Amino acid sequence: DIDDVGHKYYLELVLEDVLDKDSTVNCTAEVLYHLGNKNIAPDVQFTIEGELKNADEADNIFYNRIKSLEKELVAENIPDSHGNVSPEMEPIRLLAWVASGYVIWQNSTENTKFQLAQIKHVKQVKRIDEYLEFDYVILLHEMVSQEIIPWQMTVLWHPQHGVQVTRDSRQPKHASE
Amino acid sequence: HQVLRIKTRNEEEVKKLQLLESLEHLELDFWINPSTPALPVDVRIPANSIQAVKAFLESQGIEYSILIEDVQVVLDKEKEDMACSLQRDRSSNSFNYGTYHSLDSIYAELDHLASEYSNIVSKLQIGESYEKRPLYVLKFSTGGRNRPAIWIDAGIHAREWVTQASAMWIAKKIASDYGKDPSITSLLNKMDIFLLTVSNPDGYVFTHTTNRMWRKTRSKNQGSLCVGVDPNRNWDAGFGGPGASNNPCSDSYHGPSANSEVEVKAVVDFIKKHGNIWAFLTLHSYSQLLMYPYGYKCTKPADYAELDALGRAAASSIRSLYGTTFTVGSICTTIYQASGGSIDWSYDYGIKYSFAFELRDTGRYGFLLPANQIIPTAEETWLGLKKIMEHVRDNSY
Repeated sequence: DIDDVGHKYYLELVLEDVLDKDSTVNCTAEVLYHLGNKNIAPDVQFTIEGELKNADEADNIFYNRIKSLEKELVAENIPDSHGNVSPEMEPIRLLAWVASGYVIWQNSTENTKFQLAQIKHVKQVKRIDEYLEFDYVILLHEMVSQEIIPWQMTVLWHPQHGVQVTRDSRQPKHASE
Repeated sequence: HQVLRIKTRNEEEVKKLQLLESLEHLELDFWINPSTPALPVDVRIPANSIQAVKAFLESQGIEYSILIEDVQVVLDKEKEDMACSLQRDRSSNSFNYGTYHSLDSIYAELDHLASEYSNIVSKLQIGESYEKRPLYVLKFSTGGRNRPAIWIDAGIHAREWVTQASAMWIAKKIASDYGKDPSITSLLNKMDIFLLTVSNPDGYVFTHTTNRMWRKTRSKNQGSLCVGVDPNRNWDAGFGGPGASNNPCSDSYHGPSANSEVEVKAVVDFIKKHGNIWAFLTLHSYSQLLMYPYGYKCTKPADYAELDALGRAAASSIRSLYGTTFTVGSICTTIYQASGGSIDWSYDYGIKYSFAFELRDTGRYGFLLPANQIIPTAEETWLGLKKIMEHVRDNSY
């Protein structure tokens, strides 16, 4: 408890490589949830002890594959109802996962717990520069209220320049759904 | 109707086909549209237009071949094949436990199990859903009259597909292991097991037909366009308290009153009427948790020590198979305060061994757990359930 400021949490965590369960890295973090104003994202400071695995090769393969597509990529329901993700869509899913982390961070409070539930729709947006751009509509599962929240996010990515979410907005849900 | 495959040699021929495409009165259905000479053009032609189209192609010197002579024949055969395989599934019991099924398929398999293992399995109907679907419970019993019994339910929340799927596997496991596995054999020699594999059939069907993320029942709410009540906020335990919403549009809407949902009432009535239920175990997903009461208040239940120890033993059994870790604790301290939950009701009603499981995973796939994880999930969950049931068996007299 920090008077007049908010609540600070000190965390020790272990990061595990999604693609290689045996590859782990220790991490410490400090998270500050601000008092009152629910529109400010929590402050996060972190230190990673060691290095994250290099993913250059896989990144470049994915990058080149998308760059060489004749028509812009379009897909929906990833994973599908049965949890299936085709090998071609796996990097698209991982990219959404990373980008959704940003959206989740920006919208988290001490009373929320968000998970990416599904990519409803993804559309590649043509660009003249070297970046890849994807327009996603994702479903976020908020575990405290149990609500499923549709969210639009525009994601920029380049192997050397990383991930950016340039635009995002909560979408309305239909009463009939 | 015929399907032709047309081979274009150059851009000019492609343009001619695009002209053909524009003639709406021909009612042509292009399966591959004319776009580039590199790709063939596949088109379904209704009977009336076949002559005209072929005449056109021949006069223009455009090459074609017949891909499908008669579309109706193909359709009839497909229908026949599907009916045949359905028939085969029905007679030879080729229900694949490692995949997700429709409600109809699950209900057919319940009948199968009851008939294949008729010496210990019977199917009971305990009520009907809001949309009038039957609520079926499998009873596993070796006889006696109203023996002490274990209650297990799955799928109260429609989107948690791994729970209905696991319950089916568990049904098969109990039935086929009796007489072979010493633990289950001794258990069923003393006690009965009641298994409700699909607690919320209306919701389950809705996740197949319309919205994979549906959670609630499908009851209409007066004065609102929004449908459904969260069946796990509808029980008579701290009803309407914190952790449930009074907004019908919310996914945790508690409903107008406790037991307003027929699906919940049916279970309550059954349990009360039976009068000798010793354990109430309910399956949810996801998060990998094993929880005991309370959810509606954050105070410890009277049997806290025993329930916590038993929960830890069960989680240990679960972990022994594939290393899957479950966190153990009361609902309130483990996830959040939530009123109107089923195990709070069962515990306060007098059923000491009340546990709620949250199965795989922890969020990577969440509700959309890949089918190849169904059986491993069911196997490890079964070990946890067994641990609890063995304790009940050894402590029920």
